[in-house]
Amino acid sequence: MAKIKYIEHNGKEHIVDVQNGLTVMEGAVQNDIPGIDADCGGSMSCATCHVYVKEDWYDKLTKKEMGEDDMLDQAYEPNSNSRLSCQIMVSDDLDGLSVYMPEKQV
Amino acid sequence: MIKTDVVIVGAGPTGLFCAHQLGIIGLKCEIVDNLDKIGGQCIELYPDKPIYDIPAVPECTGEELTNNLIEQIKPFNFNFHLNDRVQQLKNENEKWIVKTTSGKKFQTPNVVIAGGVGSFEPRKFTTKSAEKFDGTSVLYSIKDKTIFKDKSVAIFGGGDSALDWAIELSDTSKVSLIHRRDEFRGAPASVQKIKELSEKNIINLFTKYSIKDVKGNGSLEEVEIKSEDGKSKILKADYVLGFFGLIMQLGPIAEWGLNLDKKAIPVNTENFETNKKGIFAIGDICTYPGKLKLILSGFHEGALAARGCFKYARPNEKYRFEFTTASNIIKDRLGVK
Repeated sequence: MAKIKYIEHNGKEHIVDVQNGLTVMEGAVQNDIPGIDADCGGSMSCATCHVYVKEDWYDKLTKKEMGEDDMLDQAYEPNSNSRLSCQIMVSDDLDGLSVYMPEKQV
Repeated sequence: MIKTDVVIVGAGPTGLFCAHQLGIIGLKCEIVDNLDKIGGQCIELYPDKPIYDIPAVPECTGEELTNNLIEQIKPFNFNFHLNDRVQQLKNENEKWIVKTTSGKKFQTPNVVIAGGVGSFEPRKFTTKSAEKFDGTSVLYSIKDKTIFKDKSVAIFGGGDSALDWAIELSDTSKVSLIHRRDEFRGAPASVQKIKELSEKNIINLFTKYSIKDVKGNGSLEEVEIKSEDGKSKILKADYVLGFFGLIMQLGPIAEWGLNLDKKAIPVNTENFETNKKGIFAIGDICTYPGKLKLILSGFHEGALAARGCFKYARPNEKYRFEFTTASNIIKDRLGVK
């Protein structure tokens, strides 16, 4: 279990407990947190669960798999802190993670 | 005006199998899709990705699944209207009048929305100033490449579309290729070619840059690009092309007076009808308690929606359930002995 903070583009924060084994995307969708669309349902086939992760946490996450950057090319305003939240698997190690949402997903 | 029993919106796997079920029970349908090819997300998003959860098919790709579904509905000779989008639904005398973007009109008692997450549209630049030139000198697809002859063209993107057009246009135009990182996701041969053209100064390559602004008095004159660490450059450009893939937008579906829950349409699970009589929703676009966004669920939903359509298409007949293994009528419809 990890406490994850989802921060909307307007600054509104949502802190929820997400079970190990779920993805950061699923944590948002299951808790009705706005700002993460996840149109493809987590198959890394769209770029609508895009989040920004600040450096301190970014470096602690498991590295991007092949294909994630390709999808991020198609996200809304990606930068070097961008991740697809469907590719971040939750574990105890992620307790305290903050993710920032882009202004919009599409 | 085309008169039919059912108009299916969306030619993905769910729409295709629903068409099959309509054919089996003796109804006619017309299928409309915004993409230029049949298959929906299976073809547009993951033609090569293996799918492992189609019943009785241990493994197949999105493309194989699509081809098999097309094969399965061949006997019925249904019409496809590709590159076209259903724009408007209007009720007239208990029938739906369906209008498409290209101006086609259908009259039907039933509409089945199998629209996935909406229609695919090119992702556009987020720069506000780009809107002013949208469709004239800021473009997201190429219809006539001769307009670029002897012009300066700035191409943004890192996939095959961006690379292929950069290579092709570099023959007759001054091409700049701009991508947000220094790896490209296009075919290795194209990436190699781009590097060669860049070394020979035929293409100006800018990696780790993205668009900041487009400028021009009346017509487009230049494009400003920025790097993540704040550096910016100005490039001369008569045209700016963006190839960032496609995004899914609910589009006009949102304006048809249907109940919506987030981006999905609530349905009843008996026949997948929406809050509007004669309008059904199946596949990823529908929602109900327990909904799974699986292709196999879409198949089931399509089968039941097809029976729902029968009631309105043949109000004076009673639907009789039959198995394909046993029914001679169905075998006739399939053209098998």
